[in-house]
Amino acid sequence: MRIEDAVVIENSRIASDTFRMVLKTGIADEAECGQFVQVQVPGYYLRRPISICMADQGTLTLVYKTVGDGTAAMSRMKAGETVNLFGPLGTGFPVEDRDVLLIGGGVGTPPLLFTAKKYLEKGHQVTAVLGYNDRASVMLEEEFRNLGCEVYTATMDGSYGTKGTVMNAIEENGIKEQFVLSCGPLPMLKAVSAAYTEGCVSLESRMACGMGACMGCVVRDQEGESMRVCKDGPVFPIGKAVL
Amino acid sequence: MDLSVRLPGLNLKNPVIPASGCAGYGRELAELYDLSLLGGIAIKSATPKERFGNPVPRIAETPMGMLNAIGLQNHGVDYIIENELPFLAQFDTEVIANVAGASEEDYIEVIQKMNSSDVVKAYELNISCPNVKHGGIGLGTSPELAANITRMAKAASAKPVYVKLTPNVTNIVEIAKAVEAAGADGLVLINTLLGMRIDLKTGKPLLANTTGGLSGPAIKPVAVRMVYQCAKAVNIPIIGVGGICSAEDVLEFLYAGASAVEVGAANFVDPLICPKIIDHLGNVLEKYGNASVAEATGRSLK
Repeated sequence: MRIEDAVVIENSRIASDTFRMVLKTGIADEAECGQFVQVQVPGYYLRRPISICMADQGTLTLVYKTVGDGTAAMSRMKAGETVNLFGPLGTGFPVEDRDVLLIGGGVGTPPLLFTAKKYLEKGHQVTAVLGYNDRASVMLEEEFRNLGCEVYTATMDGSYGTKGTVMNAIEENGIKEQFVLSCGPLPMLKAVSAAYTEGCVSLESRMACGMGACMGCVVRDQEGESMRVCKDGPVFPIGKAVL
Repeated sequence: MDLSVRLPGLNLKNPVIPASGCAGYGRELAELYDLSLLGGIAIKSATPKERFGNPVPRIAETPMGMLNAIGLQNHGVDYIIENELPFLAQFDTEVIANVAGASEEDYIEVIQKMNSSDVVKAYELNISCPNVKHGGIGLGTSPELAANITRMAKAASAKPVYVKLTPNVTNIVEIAKAVEAAGADGLVLINTLLGMRIDLKTGKPLLANTTGGLSGPAIKPVAVRMVYQCAKAVNIPIIGVGGICSAEDVLEFLYAGASAVEVGAANFVDPLICPKIIDHLGNVLEKYGNASVAEATGRSLK
């Protein structure tokens, strides 16, 4: 965990409203899959929590969606500029000795790429099922494939891959793996949590501090106890957090 | 330069204190730096029983600041005494316990339980939280109620009592004077300003609680003004708080009449902000011709 200025190497649009920022930073060497960084976008007060898409020898890749003014300003940053990062933060995905099914939705797919790499490095089979709204939003499919994952894609409007949700794609392709790591929109995480018992889901939240101090991003567990998405999560075992 | 400040119950090695609710109980910041660098730490509000707080979203960004509606989430005073205070005991820094509740009795219960702790050096009565339905700000907007809770707290307390006031009043000086007359050892000025943001896509408030407390640089001029006005009217020390994010900001509060400061939302932007401010403070004091923190305090009032 450190705070430092990182140099932007690349910042480009890779899908509808979605950008990839590649940065030179030592944070990459500490990062675990499923963790995030707090990005200080110049001109905005609070940092933006963005999941880590890939980390490799001093190079950190963030894939983010422009959802408001701050991320829009982030998307206009150019190679050579510096941006202040705080991270890596949070509790990421477990890297277990077994095959895994990764289920990602939209801008929830990026942290699964780093996770896929970790499982593949241990010699396990990785199946990735990726869901998007439409063909223009599809991203990272090639990156998952190039790593060595078996990849299935779904789009809600049917313009690419299976028509419907990731759950439709899993059924259509007869995917049997029961150990699941998932990140994506809340309705998708609810569907995943209803269908699977083994594995983890990664949550999204508005945050202030990003390190567990302010209690701005809490969720309840099944016993009603509070957990901090930024510190105890964002990754939680399936069924632990009340979604 | 010697940055030390002596206030009732507080022997501060420097005037910089993370504000309540912005540093939890110190555990997270302690992963980044030695808390013994701090003058003190104001820990998150304690209430008699555990409180979950408000629904999420609890956070919204604003120009030069943020809104929060946490709702005094905490594990309750017994848990804090057993699990959080022992952790803080290892650091050479002054611990200020922020005390909150839904009724006068709640405040007294927390104080009576914490009286036996050697770790807590002073209390900060939170009669200014805008995010709870009962207690909180309700006690802080009337001079009579504010004086009454101060009197009760003083009678129950074995330690000095500072009262943290809300800016959401017509005349803060009146309340400051009432609290002083009731025996407060010091004032903490100010808590957050009540605010609101609306999501243009949904037409609904961004915060689940509808309203929240505004903090950050956006409120600094309001805080400086209130410290200045109150410093002119009272003789007890004032801890200034509101939008501080640099040593220059600290000096501005000292000039307005503050003896020490609390740093709030800036911890979220830069978790190392407090040590950085402490690092620069000596130079900034010197640059503007001050030989000590005490010499700078109230300079604008003279």
